Amino acid sequence: MTSDNLAFYSLVAIYSAMGVYLFAFIAFTLDLARRSAAAPAVAEAIPAARVGQLTSAGSVTTIERPLVAEVPPAGRASSRFERVAYALTALGWVLHAAGTVLRGVAAHRVPWANMFEFSLTASAIIVGVFVFVQVWQNLKWLGAYITGFALIVLGFGTVGFYVNVVPLPPALQSYWLVIHVFVASLGTAFFAIGAGLSLAQLVQVRREANRFSGLTFLDTVPNAEKLENLAYRVIVVGFVFWTFTLIAGAIWAEHAWGRYWGWDTKEVWTFIIWTIFAGYIHARATRGWRGSRSSWLAIVGFGAVMFNFTIVNLFFKGLHTYSGL
Amino acid sequence: MGYLRFFWRQLTSMRTALFLLLLLAIAAVPGSLFPQRSSDPNGVSLYFTNNKDLAPVLDKLQLFDVYSSAWFSAIYLLLFISLIGCVIPRTAFHLKALRSKPPRTPARLDRLAAFSAFEIAPGQLDAASAPITATSTVEAARQNLRKSGYRVQLFENRGPDGPEFSVSAERGYLRETGNLIFHTALIGILLAVGIGGGFGYTGQKVLVVGQAFANVRISFDSFNPGRFFNDNQLQPYRLVVDDFTAKYEKENLNAFGQPIDYTLKVTTYEGSGGAKKQVLKVNSPLEIGGNQVYLLGNGYAPFVTVKDPTGKVVFSEKVPFLPQDANLTSLGIVKIADGLSSQVGMRALLYPTAVKDSAGASASNNPDLYNPELALVVYKGDLGIDKGVPTSSYSLNTDKMTEIAGPGIDAATIRLKPGETATIPGGLGSVTFENAAPKSDAKNLQLSVPRFVSLDVHRDPTQGWVLFFAILVLGGLLTSLFIPRRRVWVKVIEASDGRLRLEYAGLARGEDPGLDAAVADIAARHSQQLGLKLTS
Repeated sequence: MTSDNLAFYSLVAIYSAMGVYLFAFIAFTLDLARRSAAAPAVAEAIPAARVGQLTSAGSVTTIERPLVAEVPPAGRASSRFERVAYALTALGWVLHAAGTVLRGVAAHRVPWANMFEFSLTASAIIVGVFVFVQVWQNLKWLGAYITGFALIVLGFGTVGFYVNVVPLPPALQSYWLVIHVFVASLGTAFFAIGAGLSLAQLVQVRREANRFSGLTFLDTVPNAEKLENLAYRVIVVGFVFWTFTLIAGAIWAEHAWGRYWGWDTKEVWTFIIWTIFAGYIHARATRGWRGSRSSWLAIVGFGAVMFNFTIVNLFFKGLHTYSGL
Repeated sequence: MGYLRFFWRQLTSMRTALFLLLLLAIAAVPGSLFPQRSSDPNGVSLYFTNNKDLAPVLDKLQLFDVYSSAWFSAIYLLLFISLIGCVIPRTAFHLKALRSKPPRTPARLDRLAAFSAFEIAPGQLDAASAPITATSTVEAARQNLRKSGYRVQLFENRGPDGPEFSVSAERGYLRETGNLIFHTALIGILLAVGIGGGFGYTGQKVLVVGQAFANVRISFDSFNPGRFFNDNQLQPYRLVVDDFTAKYEKENLNAFGQPIDYTLKVTTYEGSGGAKKQVLKVNSPLEIGGNQVYLLGNGYAPFVTVKDPTGKVVFSEKVPFLPQDANLTSLGIVKIADGLSSQVGMRALLYPTAVKDSAGASASNNPDLYNPELALVVYKGDLGIDKGVPTSSYSLNTDKMTEIAGPGIDAATIRLKPGETATIPGGLGSVTFENAAPKSDAKNLQLSVPRFVSLDVHRDPTQGWVLFFAILVLGGLLTSLFIPRRRVWVKVIEASDGRLRLEYAGLARGEDPGLDAAVADIAARHSQQLGLKLTS
């Protein structure tokens, strides 16, 4: 099979993935609507004192409190929409990943050497993280945000950034392309999910303060504090990846351009993003900055990531001119 | 003094650090909006030409040198002073904490997070059929916690309900160690960058294939030393450019003519080591004499010969031409100051693969040499180089010159193929576009025009240190973010009727989402060890 054929099949797989994501997005949205319609779940009372017994050599003693003093999650069965949406997302992701891999096979290299390929890979990682993160935490209510975001990225990628398979220019012929750009897209994925959680936190805080009573589906998602903690844990992982991206990029820049740091526009923005998220982490330890303020920082930080990927790539002059456009 | 102390306390507070950090992010933005002298000097001069009124104002605000500007430096220096003011006391505190025992068990554990408690009836036996006592219970907890990496300390005192035996445990000191390493390494990076900039240098050199370069200051085309540089730091070595090949895509029509490989072959001479053949590529610089030599650019250097009317050679050089576009249409200047009846300047364009566009203008449609053509616009008069004012060899000032061949006058632009010669109008002599291919291969157009490479030579004595600190930053970050620091207490209260009350509690120090689970796990393992089983 020729390279052009493979690139064509890759595109077919991507378009199919977009179709499936569209249905997943609709189903996730319907699920949110259902969550709103359902009667608000009554928070289960904390189990009373005597929940268990300890036996020791026949005699019985009582526990005064449960060993784990955590409120069990509101017992809410997943709706049919949610299950369908999740299954569709997983299916779309398989197609998406296949399309991305095919693109790499067609090009005989990693599929993240220009903006089009980067949109494929980064969005595949975002959805992949979402699909697998459910093992750790049930974050399926974020599905509409994730599939919607992936659709927008893929839409821009295929329509706006598409380029044919071309060989790598000499400056990109380095194993650092594999490491630096891949870790950057990993970081982007975690920041994207962190921003989604922070956005939910902002809305949840306003709801909890009884500022408004709409969006009742938010009764079925974790409370603001839990959301903030989840966002923090996700963003911290993204921050580590971003730090690595910065260092790996500097090492590569030293090899290719003769200096490890030169305030190239892309370097500037990578630095700005790093600083914003460093601020985010410090905000968590600063009185008066927990909660909504740090959520805003997380959202601004992810906005800077998107700005760096789109506006800086397309309109700013610099050495990272690899959009292929 | 009190005022100073107040100022210092403000500066080293977390709130100020956060403010400075965010301010630094904002202050970095203009450097991406305006061209910077450090990375894009041509962009700056272009900005001055296009915005005659605005540019000087922006320049006053140092917006073309953002990253060395007073205001940007002020922010990051304040940030680092704040950082140092935070790191030093914390290091002292942490060193003390590392040597000290876990603190006394709080009187009331039930106020803490992850609290749980249960009671054991009097006279129970453990798994080894030994009686369960307060001391054996605490000892079991101590061993358990030690095995899990806690630092432990036993306490004993009289409580309101009877004697209390407790173990106080703490783990995750590495979290703070990592945190301090992270912040100290950031200071290290700043210092290493500063020192490296002071003692290092960068230099540029354009070399046509066949030319040699010796590492002495005068042989550089441009040289930017750091503040503390002196010429003794230049280690003697020499390199000769043997060959340069550029490969362009020929099969993939979507990328036809796109560069796919640049390979530079050089011979180096260093110390008494003799000749050494080496290869440079874009992503693999040459290490020599404490320098890194990078292949940053390349282009064509047409071989031009000018003779006077008698046939005497007055100029014969391979002139590096500056690439103007992706198809390597290249612009070069030839200046003949002496030897002809008048000074002559030529502004020349090389088209590696010359084609006529629809309007009849020349253009190149491939960067490789398929149909090379040299187009010369010739001027005579005063080159303006006699007064000793330095002029760029890449520009021609025609203010005091008249065009004698070129567009708009009778004598047309001189167009030459490799090997061709034309007379210069006005009986000044002749100009030849030499075919540089060897005689045996004279038909091979690919070899007809020599190439030049532009090399960047760097010395950065602290580059390795920067990398070292960067790795520490990453390591410190990982440990400070993912190792939980927590205190855990297990307390046994012996009631007067012989019942044992067991209490467990934990306290997070910093982010610790796993605290509840960890305390529950400790309680579960402890009761298991005592032979107690949880049923529900």
